[in-house]
Amino acid sequence: MEGYPLLEVKELRTRFSSEKGTITAVDGVTFKVDYGETLGVVGESGCGKSVTAESIMRLLNEKSTRYDGEINFKGVNLLSLPEKKMLDIRGNEISMIFQDAMTSLNPVFTIGDQIAESIIVHQNLGKKEAMEKAVEMLRLTGIPSPEKRVHEYPHEISGGMRQRVMIAMALSCQPSLLIADEPTTALDVTIQAQILEVINDLKEELNMGVIMITHDLGVVAEVCTRVAVMYLGQVIEESDVDALFASPRHPYTRGLLKSIPTITGDRSQKLHTIQGVVPALDNVPKGCRFAPRCPYATDKCMTEFPLLETLENGQKIRCWHHQEIMEREAASDVITAAT
Amino acid sequence: MKAYILKRLLSMIPVLLIVAIFVFFLIHMIPGDPAAVMLGPEATPEEVESLKEELGLNLPIYQQFFEWSLHALQGDLGNSLYMNQPVLDAFTSHLGPTLSLALLAQGVSIFLAIPIGVLAARKRGTGIDRTFMIIAMLGMSIPSFLLALLLMLVFGVQLNWLPVAGYTSLSEGLWEHLKYLILPAISLGTIQAAVIARMTRSSMIDILSMNFIKTAKAKGLKQKVVIYKHAFRNALIPILTILGETFGALITGAVVTETVFNLPGIGQLVINAITRRDYAVIQGTILLIAVTYLFLNLIIDLLYGLVDPRVRLNRK
Amino acid sequence: MEVAKPIQHNQLVALEKDIKKERRQLAVKRFFSNKTVLAGSIMLIFLTLFAFIGPLISQFTPLQIDPANRLAKPSAEHWFGTDNFGRDLFSRVAHGAQVSMGVGLSVAVLTAVIGMVIGLYAAYYSALDHILMRISDALMAFPDILLAIAIMAVLGPQPVNVVIAVTLAKIPVVARIVRSSALVIKEQTYIEAMRAQGASSWRIIWRHILPNTVSPLIVQVTYVFAIAIILEAALSFLGAGVPAPDPSWGNILYDGKIVIYNAWWMTVFPGAFIVMAVLALNLFGDGLRDLLDPHSNKALKE
Repeated sequence: MEGYPLLEVKELRTRFSSEKGTITAVDGVTFKVDYGETLGVVGESGCGKSVTAESIMRLLNEKSTRYDGEINFKGVNLLSLPEKKMLDIRGNEISMIFQDAMTSLNPVFTIGDQIAESIIVHQNLGKKEAMEKAVEMLRLTGIPSPEKRVHEYPHEISGGMRQRVMIAMALSCQPSLLIADEPTTALDVTIQAQILEVINDLKEELNMGVIMITHDLGVVAEVCTRVAVMYLGQVIEESDVDALFASPRHPYTRGLLKSIPTITGDRSQKLHTIQGVVPALDNVPKGCRFAPRCPYATDKCMTEFPLLETLENGQKIRCWHHQEIMEREAASDVITAAT
Repeated sequence: MKAYILKRLLSMIPVLLIVAIFVFFLIHMIPGDPAAVMLGPEATPEEVESLKEELGLNLPIYQQFFEWSLHALQGDLGNSLYMNQPVLDAFTSHLGPTLSLALLAQGVSIFLAIPIGVLAARKRGTGIDRTFMIIAMLGMSIPSFLLALLLMLVFGVQLNWLPVAGYTSLSEGLWEHLKYLILPAISLGTIQAAVIARMTRSSMIDILSMNFIKTAKAKGLKQKVVIYKHAFRNALIPILTILGETFGALITGAVVTETVFNLPGIGQLVINAITRRDYAVIQGTILLIAVTYLFLNLIIDLLYGLVDPRVRLNRK
Repeated sequence: MEVAKPIQHNQLVALEKDIKKERRQLAVKRFFSNKTVLAGSIMLIFLTLFAFIGPLISQFTPLQIDPANRLAKPSAEHWFGTDNFGRDLFSRVAHGAQVSMGVGLSVAVLTAVIGMVIGLYAAYYSALDHILMRISDALMAFPDILLAIAIMAVLGPQPVNVVIAVTLAKIPVVARIVRSSALVIKEQTYIEAMRAQGASSWRIIWRHILPNTVSPLIVQVTYVFAIAIILEAALSFLGAGVPAPDPSWGNILYDGKIVIYNAWWMTVFPGAFIVMAVLALNLFGDGLRDLLDPHSNKALKE
C-alpha cells in the first residue's frame, strides 16, 4: 500500500442513462488526495461535485450509471472492484458525510444504533462493545454526555448535534479518506465553524485525507490545503489554496472570488455576479464549457475545447487565454490602484 | 403513553355514542310499525301489541334509547326473535369461521403483497414492476365474491380439488379446517393483497429515495440490510395504516364471501337475519363490528409508537 | 403612442387566445399521453355504448321467458347463452349494465354534491367540523357493505334504496377529502385577507375555496363510482339489492350461483362486465390523479 497516493482520480467520467438519453454528469475529472491533506472541491450546484464524491464510493444506482476512467485508492482501482469488495471499503476505508444531517439519519433507529451498525459490520465487534465505541466516538466529536445521547433518536437532537453524529458515524472505523459533501451548508455560522474544527482535528489525529465539497469559498480558505474548482462536470482549475486566493487564473474562479462580499469593500459598489446560469447537462457548450458566460470568450473558446494545463508553479488550469487575462488584469489593477 | 391511551379512549366516547344512536334508530327507520314488519303479514294485532310491549316500543323514544344503551353496555343486545337466543350468543357462535377466514385472508395478503411490493419498488420501471402492478390493478378490480365464484368454478367445479361449500371447526384438525377456508381466503385476500402491494411499492419508492438510505449504503451495508432494515422499517408506517383501514374491507368481503361458500359465519348470520327480519340480530351484529373496528384502529395507532419513535415522542 | 395602443391591445388579445389554445392543446396532449386514463376512458366508452346499444341489437327482451330453452350454451342466437328461466343472457347483461352503472353514477353524483357541501362547510366552521367529523368517524366505523345491508334491510330491496344506502356509506369518505383540501386553502393568507376585507363567507367558500378542492374530489368520486358498482353487485348478489326479475349484474350472479355447476356463462359474463367497469374506473381515477397532481405523477413514473 505504501508508495501509492491515498486517492488518485484519473479521467473519471460518470454517465447516467435515462429515458431522455445519456447525461454526462462528470466528464474527465482528475485529481489527487494525499494522507493528511484536505482537498476542497468547489463549484456551483449542478457542477458535478456530489456526483464525483458518490462515484468514488460507487453509491450511484449501478444499473443506470456508467463509470469510465480510474479511481485508484491506495493503488487499487475501485471501479474494477466487485460490489462485494466495495462493501468492505465503504464506511470502513472511505467514509462520507452528507449535507443534510436531518434527513441523512434514519428516523426510526437511535443514533447509538446507527453509529454502532458500521462498527459491528466492519470491526467484528459485539453489540455491546460497538455501543461503547459509539459513545467514545460521540465524545470525540464533542457531544456532551454521549452515554445518554446514544439512546436518543435523530429528531430529539439539534442540527449541529446531528452533523456531529454523522461525523462520529463516518469516522467510527478510522477511515483513511473522508468525503464531506457540504457538511456545514445547512448549519448556523457558529456551528459551522465548530463542525469544521472537529473535522480538522480528527483529520490531524487520524492522518486522513479529506475531500471537502462545498460551494462556500470561506470554508475552503479555512480548512483546505488544495482546491479543485469544478464547472459543468469538469475540473477547470486546481491549485494550492493560497495560490488560488492570491492569483486565481480561470475567469470562472475569478468570478467566484469576486462574488464574495467583503466587510472592507465599498458598499455602494454592486456585488459582482457571474452572468447567465449553468447550462443543463444535456446541452453542454461545444468548446470551452464556460465560454457562453465568460467575459473574455473568443471564437476559439466557442469552438475549441481547452485541456487542463499544468503551470510551472503546479497550478492547473483549463483556459485558452489565462496568460493574457492575467496580464490584462494586472495592468488594469495598476490603473485602478493609481486612480 | 398511558395518558395518551386514556386520551384516545376518551375521544372515542362521542364516536361510540353516535354509532349507538345510529344502530338504535335503524329499527325506527322501518316504514310503518316495526313490530308489525318484524312479525310479518300473518301476525295478529295482539301478537304485534305484545311484541311492542316486549321491545318497549311504547315507551318514549329517549327512554327506549337509554334502556337499550344501558343493556348494550352490559353486553345484553336483546334476543333473536327467530333463533330464540341472546344476540351476543348468536354472534359469538358465528364468530369462529369469520375470524379464521379474515385472519387467513389477511395472512395470505400480507405474505403475498409485501414481498411483491418491495420487489416492484426495487425494480421500479422494469417489466417485473409493470407486470406486478397490472396484476395488482386487476386484483383490485375484482370484487371478492366474484373471485370466489370464479375460483369455485375452476377449482371446485372443473378441477374438483377443494370443497366449495361447508366448514369444519379447528377442533377437527388443522387441514380439515383449512381445506374449507383456502378458496374463501384467497378470494378475500386478493383485493387486500393488491391494495397492500401498491401501498408497499409507493411507500418503499418514497423511502428508497431518501438521504438516509444513501447514508446506510455509504456505511458499507449489504443491499439486503439497506432495504429490509433501513428502508422497510420506515415504509411500514403507511403500510400499517392501510392494514387498519382495510379491516373494514376485509369484513365487507368476509360477509359476502361466506355466503358464496356457505360458511356459517357472521355474514351468514346477518344475511339470514335480513331475510327473517330479525332486527335485533342485525342491530347487535353491526354494533359489535363497528366497535371492534374502532378498537382495532386504536390498537394500530398505538402500534405506530413501536415502529416510529417520532410518534412516541409527541405523545409523551 | 396613442395610435400604438389599440394594436397592442389586439396583439394582447391574440396572444391570450394563442396561450389558451396552446394550454388546451397541452391538456389534450397530456390526456392522450397518459395511457392509464386513456385505457380507462376507452373502456368506459365501450361500456356506455354496450349499455345503450346492447338492448337495441338484442332480439330478446330481458324478461322474455323461454322454459324450453333453459340454460342454453352461448350460441349464434343467444350470444351469452340463456339463464335458468330461458331468458337471453346478453339482453339481461346489457340491461343490467344500465341498472348497475346507473346506480353507480347516481351514487357518484350524490356523494360528490353532498360530500362537497359537508366538506366545505366543515372546513370553514370549526365548531361544525367537530360534530360532522365525529359523525363521519362513526359512519366510517361500519364496514360499508354492512351499513348498506342494514339500511336495505330497513328500507326494502329497491334500486332507489341501493342508491340511498351506498350514498350514505360513502359520503364521509368524500366529505373528508374535500375537507382536508379545503382546510389547506382556508389557512392561506389571501383567504384571511379577504375575510379581513369583509368578503362574505358564502363568497369565500364557493368562489375561492371550492375550485381548489375540485381535483381531489373528482378523483375520489371516480373511485366511489367503482365501489358503488361493487356494492350494488354485492347487495343484489345477497338478495338485498335490485329485486328480481329486473336484471342487474349482481342478481344475475345470484341466479348464476345456483346453477354454477351447469352454466358457467351465467357467472363469467356478468362477472367480466363488473371487472371491466371497476377496472375502467380505477384506471381512470389513477390516471386522473396523475394528470391533476404533478407530484404523484413524478413519484409513479420514476
